[in-house]
Amino acid sequence: MLGWIWVVLIVISILFAILSGNISSLSTALIEGAESGVSTVLGITGMMMLWCGVMEVMKEAGLSEKLARALRPVLKKLFPSAKDDESTLSHLATNVSANLLGLGNAATPAGIRAAEGLQRLSGSKEASHDLCMLVVINTSSLQLIPTTVAAIRAAQGASAPFDILPAVWFATLVSQAVGILAVLLLRKVRRCK
Amino acid sequence: MNLFSSLLIPLILGFVGVYALIKKVDLFPALLRGASEGLNTALKILPPIVLLLSAISLFRASGAMEFLVRLLSPITSLLGIPSECAPLGLIRPLSGSAALAVGTDIMRIHGADSTVGRIAATMLGSSETTFYVTAIYFGALKLKNTRYAIPAALISDLAAATAAAFAVRLFFA
Repeated sequence: MLGWIWVVLIVISILFAILSGNISSLSTALIEGAESGVSTVLGITGMMMLWCGVMEVMKEAGLSEKLARALRPVLKKLFPSAKDDESTLSHLATNVSANLLGLGNAATPAGIRAAEGLQRLSGSKEASHDLCMLVVINTSSLQLIPTTVAAIRAAQGASAPFDILPAVWFATLVSQAVGILAVLLLRKVRRCK
Repeated sequence: MNLFSSLLIPLILGFVGVYALIKKVDLFPALLRGASEGLNTALKILPPIVLLLSAISLFRASGAMEFLVRLLSPITSLLGIPSECAPLGLIRPLSGSAALAVGTDIMRIHGADSTVGRIAATMLGSSETTFYVTAIYFGALKLKNTRYAIPAALISDLAAATAAAFAVRLFFA
């Protein structure tokens, strides 16, 4: 996949450069791009280390379990089939709370276990409605503090790297709401067929 | 707004630290464990980001990026998204590291504190790698038919990009 993207970008660039006569700037651009990759990643490494450290402490202190418990009432509404299934509900709660805190490594395994539970509860051979809901919620971001993006902004000279937080929260909320509505709507359309 | 966002992260650090001490967590070893994990993650994303940023930089220098941006501008202007951010919207559902590279390139060219730079950052922070996530879930369950999951997820991605542009203009007017 990435190999394809990489080759397509380079081949199109060469064709465009020949057509437009921009050939002289090409090799400088390659060097600059590679260099900015290194400086960006090195620039964000410190923040990533600090934040991952804090997240590890959150996990150890049981903060993510606390959040998971608080989420249960909402999850029962979103996933009606898991309402009375303790293990599926707890995997769902872990998945969403880990996503909120940016613990991607913990979110995916819990999400897959929750997905297996939802499929088992539906008893169907094709993807159940609640499974589609889970996937759509996971394909839209839930992360409350987007540290990587903030660190990139800092590396690129932003004066207050976290000042985009309210905008990110707004966009995240809208995209989650639209995603959930789209699932509910498409579910109805499919049912009529 | 600025005061809030500047104070938020230190406050989280303080709260988590105090809470962990009360809960008798062995604090510093836990911090260290997490920090080395963060270092590993950074090392893991370094090679793909360098490779992709070189290709994207080449793409921009050749004039192809400008062509793509102009090609997509009728659609983006309809949604209120700056056309400079359209390539990011295209790549975002497909690849996480490529999106990070395209977003970084936009911030480098237009400035992190420009409207375009801020919208790119907000788009990155409010979306996920849709196709990758879908593949993981449906792959794990060995289900071939994704039904309406992909259309619904892409609608939500489009909403994220539109809302990001709207919110940045609203909060930084």
